Amino acid sequence: MFTFVVRRVLLFIPTLWVIATLTFFMMRLAPGGPFQSEKDIPKAALEQLQKQYGLDQPLGVQYSRFLGNALRLDFGPSYKFPAREVREIIFDSFPVSLELGAWALLLSILIGVPIGMFAALKQNTAADYGAMGLALAGVSIPNFVLGPVLVLTLSLGVFVFPPALWQGPASRVLPVLTLSTAYIAYIARLTRAGMLDVLHQDYIRTAYAKGLPERVVIFKHALKLGILPVVSYIGPAAARVIMGSIVVESIFAIPGLGRHLVNGAFNRDYTLVMGVVLFYAAFLMVLNLIVDIAYTWLDPRVELA
Amino acid sequence: MSAAAALDPVVREAPERPSGLWSDAWRRLRRNRAAVVAAVILLVLSALAVFSPWIPGLQDPTAQDLALGATAPSAAHWFGTDELGRDTFVRTIYGGRISLLVGLIGTLVSLLIGVSYGAVSGYMGGKIDEAMMRFVDILYSLPYIFLVILLLVFFSRSLVMLFIALGLVQWLTMARIVRGQVLSLKNQPFVEAARALGARNRSIIFRHIVPNTLGPVIVYTTLTVPAVILQEAFLSFLGLGVQPPNASWGTLVSDGAKLLALFPWLVIFPGIALSVTLLCFNFLGDGLRDALDPHDRQDVS
Repeated sequence: MFTFVVRRVLLFIPTLWVIATLTFFMMRLAPGGPFQSEKDIPKAALEQLQKQYGLDQPLGVQYSRFLGNALRLDFGPSYKFPAREVREIIFDSFPVSLELGAWALLLSILIGVPIGMFAALKQNTAADYGAMGLALAGVSIPNFVLGPVLVLTLSLGVFVFPPALWQGPASRVLPVLTLSTAYIAYIARLTRAGMLDVLHQDYIRTAYAKGLPERVVIFKHALKLGILPVVSYIGPAAARVIMGSIVVESIFAIPGLGRHLVNGAFNRDYTLVMGVVLFYAAFLMVLNLIVDIAYTWLDPRVELA
Repeated sequence: MSAAAALDPVVREAPERPSGLWSDAWRRLRRNRAAVVAAVILLVLSALAVFSPWIPGLQDPTAQDLALGATAPSAAHWFGTDELGRDTFVRTIYGGRISLLVGLIGTLVSLLIGVSYGAVSGYMGGKIDEAMMRFVDILYSLPYIFLVILLLVFFSRSLVMLFIALGLVQWLTMARIVRGQVLSLKNQPFVEAARALGARNRSIIFRHIVPNTLGPVIVYTTLTVPAVILQEAFLSFLGLGVQPPNASWGTLVSDGAKLLALFPWLVIFPGIALSVTLLCFNFLGDGLRDALDPHDRQDVS
């Protein structure tokens, strides 16, 4: 286990390096710079700006300095808002996105798993088809369609929840619901498939034959293996939740990291976009490692090597 | 020599064998009512998208009627009109043209890259395979949408760039699927026979192995189209995708969402069109998987 963790952590380095290098050179290859739109600034001022951001140095120097700084999570000041460090922006807004994403992921597991189990136990009945039809619909409705519809009905129609912003518990409801619906549906599908696989196995028959009550067989024996596909989906799901939260943050005007990414993309704020991308990539890798460790804890047949 | 002669018919007959599989799959698919309905809806939508420029009354999505302004759905304008008096029904159909086109081309790009990459990686094996798959792993660990955003930020936000960016990030899973298939196929007798007959690597991969991976590839392609459409809509919703005067379902929803409280139909109809299309592709993909994958079939029965 220990060697596995060490090896995985060591693999982070080349992976992050490749990503950092790719983004760095993509940025340098890009036609036009972030200052290009401000055409009427004097040449001297432009040179001053370039110097301030180190763009006057040879490419090799820029690259090695960039790598060194990135190691310390220091991406320099934002191109668009020079008074703010990218690191500062990330640390300010990430907790908001984290809270949004964590609630959404938690909700999708807490609702999706029971629905999937229910459908698996009632396999090929109307209830099963109904639940799975709904789940497929849930997977298919994009969150940026669902969000406005929820606002229209639950906020503008009957004022139950505020339509925007991130203040107080009630304001959490619509964004979290918008973000989690697709994952509730997907996790329900995964759980159903996983449980069906397990329920046909010999050791389940043995458990029933021993005279164990159904409750024990299902929750103690079947669920532990049947839920494995869901566990391995948590990594990709987290990546998708992050992506989804970009949209949800922009629908509900939530001051999270996703909004900064989109704004940065519009403003061609290179340092900000690169900082956010690298930060999220590192965050996801750590998360995936934790998921893998949890996986072996649930399924001893898997050996970490 | 006689061994080669004995093996030769195997090679010749290889294309014959799958026909049994295909007709079987076709029969199973036709029995899946949800998949058939989904396929019919998709055909109708595609036909509307393709032929709309020749259908009277559907010819101009940009026709404005400023005096009319935004009106709720009525007999004259089924889906209502927007603040410039443009007909939402016509706009939705033309949005579908762009969305479906992006879905199709993005998928083709990913198909081309994914199948070639996966087939070469699996067939070569060893260090090459390992290096190629390691690269895929690395790209996997980067949320693909970031790659698209980076490409669109650093380069232009043109439609062509969008096709490339979406195709570039969608091929990873395809490459893995094809590689897995190739690994299990490459030691089969018909491949050995082809090699014994002196076929080169390239022709073995693309003439003998790739055609045998078609089943899973078709299933995954059906699921890639809605994924690409969804991502295009996602980017367009953020304003990073299709740029005016072109409009896709994503841009229509995005524009409508800004006027949600006043003219909800501007969000609802394009939103329904997009969701129904995605749902139909998912149903069809599920149906194709059940029809083509014998493993799942055993589980169900």
